[in-house]
Amino acid sequence: MKHSSAIADSIKRGFDMNHSMIRYVVGAVLCFESIFLCLPMLIGFVCGEKSAFAFMICAVLCLVFGGAMVLRKPKSNVFYATEGFVSVSISWIALSLFGALPFWISREIPRFEDALFEAISGFTTTGATILDDVEALSRCCIFWRSFTHWIGGMGVLVFVLAVFPLRGGNIMFLMKAESPGPSVEKLVPRVKNTALILYGVYTAMTVLEILLLWITGMHFFDAVNLGLATAGTGGFGILNDSAASYASVHQVILTVFMILFGVNFNIYYLILVKRAKDIWHSEELKTYFGIILASGLLIAYNIRHIFPNPLEALKHSFFQVGSIITTTGFSTADFNEWPLFSCSILVLLMFCGACAGSTGGGMKVSRIIIMVKTAVKEVFTIKHPHGIKTLKIDGRVVEHETVRSVNTFVVIYALLFAGSALLVSLDNFDFTTTFTAVAATINNIGPGLSKVGPMGNFSIFSPFSKVVLMFDMLAGRLELMPMIVLFSPLIWSKDR
Amino acid sequence: MQIVIVGCGKVGTALARSLSQEDNNICIVDVKSDVVHQLATENDIMGLVGNGASYSVLKEAGIETADLLIAVTESDELNLLCCVIARKASKCQTIARVRNPMYSQEKRFLQRELGLSMIINPEQTAAAEIASLLGFPSALGIDSFAGGKVEMIRFRIPAESKLNDMALKDVNAMIKCDFLVCAVDRAGQVEIPGGNFVLKSGDVISLVTSRKSAKFFFEKIDMNTNRARNTMIVGGGKITLYLAKMLDNLGIAVKIIEKNPDRCRELSEELPSATVVNGDGSDEAFLREERLDTMDSFVALTNLDEENILLALLAKKKVSRKVVTKINREQLNEVIHNLELDSVVYPKLLTAQKILRYSRATKNSIGSNVKTLYRLYDDKAEALEFAITENSKITGIPLRQMKLKKGLLISAITRNDKLLIPDGQTEILPGDSMIVVTTHLGLQDAQNILAE
Repeated sequence: MKHSSAIADSIKRGFDMNHSMIRYVVGAVLCFESIFLCLPMLIGFVCGEKSAFAFMICAVLCLVFGGAMVLRKPKSNVFYATEGFVSVSISWIALSLFGALPFWISREIPRFEDALFEAISGFTTTGATILDDVEALSRCCIFWRSFTHWIGGMGVLVFVLAVFPLRGGNIMFLMKAESPGPSVEKLVPRVKNTALILYGVYTAMTVLEILLLWITGMHFFDAVNLGLATAGTGGFGILNDSAASYASVHQVILTVFMILFGVNFNIYYLILVKRAKDIWHSEELKTYFGIILASGLLIAYNIRHIFPNPLEALKHSFFQVGSIITTTGFSTADFNEWPLFSCSILVLLMFCGACAGSTGGGMKVSRIIIMVKTAVKEVFTIKHPHGIKTLKIDGRVVEHETVRSVNTFVVIYALLFAGSALLVSLDNFDFTTTFTAVAATINNIGPGLSKVGPMGNFSIFSPFSKVVLMFDMLAGRLELMPMIVLFSPLIWSKDR
Repeated sequence: MQIVIVGCGKVGTALARSLSQEDNNICIVDVKSDVVHQLATENDIMGLVGNGASYSVLKEAGIETADLLIAVTESDELNLLCCVIARKASKCQTIARVRNPMYSQEKRFLQRELGLSMIINPEQTAAAEIASLLGFPSALGIDSFAGGKVEMIRFRIPAESKLNDMALKDVNAMIKCDFLVCAVDRAGQVEIPGGNFVLKSGDVISLVTSRKSAKFFFEKIDMNTNRARNTMIVGGGKITLYLAKMLDNLGIAVKIIEKNPDRCRELSEELPSATVVNGDGSDEAFLREERLDTMDSFVALTNLDEENILLALLAKKKVSRKVVTKINREQLNEVIHNLELDSVVYPKLLTAQKILRYSRATKNSIGSNVKTLYRLYDDKAEALEFAITENSKITGIPLRQMKLKKGLLISAITRNDKLLIPDGQTEILPGDSMIVVTTHLGLQDAQNILAE
């Protein structure tokens, strides 16, 4: 209560933040959402579906609201980390609210909190659904679900930065707040060009995947949807059994691309500028592939009895490992039924997550590396109390700032996780369901275990739990800080 | 343009900020990671932590495709080495800051043999600026164009001046000589005035004119135009050394106050005609003993900004003609502005400005060229000199028919080395040099003066 009154209080007194700039950024995001909404609308009209009108209404609404907000240029360009974080979190909330409207207006998802859950799950590339029967949705709605993954994967503000004329030095804060990883690096001097390169690589890889799926015989509509959902490492399936009924070749293509989209996009840039040799210096990349290989083989050995031949076991094992570590969340088999050892590995992978600077969620491999190295360093200082040891990654010293931010991240992560699990447990489900539901949303994966396993869904939760899980998804996608900042009285108070 | 800046001190920071705002792709390199990170987050530029003289670091900074490398680290040798390595690694142009007077004397040789485009010495630049101020004490600042043929003189209209409450067109009618008031700063608001603009006491106005006309102008409004007879300089650093030599050539008597006896000895060796006094310049009694009140100008050149400011405030009461204050840090700008310190010189900004001018001139090789650039009134306005070439689109049109940007004035034209104050009938011809004063920062080309 104290919390909300502090916010209301500071709203009354006026913010000391540059709110005209925040308004401008959020407006720009809404304008782009209006353009994005036109795509499912067109598909709806082509297929002759009534829901297309819902998309039209929302596109117009977005344009009206967004247009009104960008009509006036911001009064000043002063822009600090606070403004960056607040605009990112408000943008994402606005994006989700408007993104949920089509589901609700078209009555395909009758309850608003369910529609919002689905939209947030889409934009945050979680892929957790509240739908019992996905196949019953109209095509435009199915497409919109997959498309939200694609938009949210690389980040809508990165898109805004690439094409919208935002000036001022500190716009880097926007990209920092939205891009995953402990330290965000620019590829080229200008934010705009960096964002363009990222989206260029992202689009090219998505198109490549869609084409591959299509040539190998998948239906075009399915190929597009799966392509978009893999690119954002989202995981909304368009069939009730996720990816289980597709041909083996498609499952292999999906596995490869899921793993590729979990790689830091800087790596692709290095390949593009013909510095491919440098990528082998990347410890994160090597660790990432190492984890995938080890977990894949261990699980394959563990589940060899369930499947008719070892090759089949390998395929399913690697698909699941790739799907979970990149936080995509597709499934080819009900891993809920797998032995406990395999399930445990998968749950651990949920927390590990993909590489920094990829479209995946989770804690990120680079953070894990930094944490492990910090721990090793602590052991070293116990033996040599006055010993000096610097923390290095890729042969470079890791700044103290970065280590500190990783530590803070882990603490907030643990607190948020514990708090959410406590609140969700009010619904009185079994421990596995509650624990993995929170893990699956905070890490943006999608399916958990038990009742929220690959064949289950999130419709069982009470509206209150859904709100908690929605917050977790947003916080997880934006790497905690932006959402925490938005709800922190410290930021909104003028006096502190 | 792609620019690599090595060294993120005050000059490097100022350059990175200005150049990135002018749509250049900037990569900064410095060994201090915190400075690099701060600068890279505050501006839309890329930061790289490392030694700028190392080939691999420069390569990572993109030297192979860069157009310009600016080396402004603390060390002269490092700056020169950076430039040499950059020249070997790519075809980029290079600018080095070299402050050791020893190397400065060999500027030409270094520039030619090491393939540098420019060597800049901040202390020498600052000294030249101060010398020109002492040569014309009524002015707050003097910027010269067209090789000194045209000057832009900034001065504050004194209380009870003739100019108070006068419209500009009446000023033109009263004083018949070549001049144009091209910018006015009234309490921090910078305006490009029209003919109906009414001047007030306390305004800081910029006047484009020639040296001869300036004398006439100032005599008409009863302001003194003679150069200072003598000056007292507190602080005996590098600027003092350069300045004393320049003032000696102008015939201005110099008295230098310096704390360090060894430095005093060095100065007296280098400057036989100057009076070198060993003592604490911040001691009021000592300054009185050295007859501060008989001096007609005073220059505060100690290493401490705060001390310089206090000294200047003290000297303002005692000295009749001119007080110049050297300030290193930009951060105090607002306070200083309110103190009315007379002339303030920022060596670092002068350096940055000079490099900025160079980079903008290199950027355009087609159409026309920025020959000179000055930032006026705390970067609120700019004065630019463009060389007009054959293919320029603005030639042969009477000015009255041109649609110019708002807040922009074509202040002067030099044709065949003669100053021409333009009016509505004037046409710009190829070969002219055009001086424009504007509040639109970052004009790149003569054609940019037209409204879009």
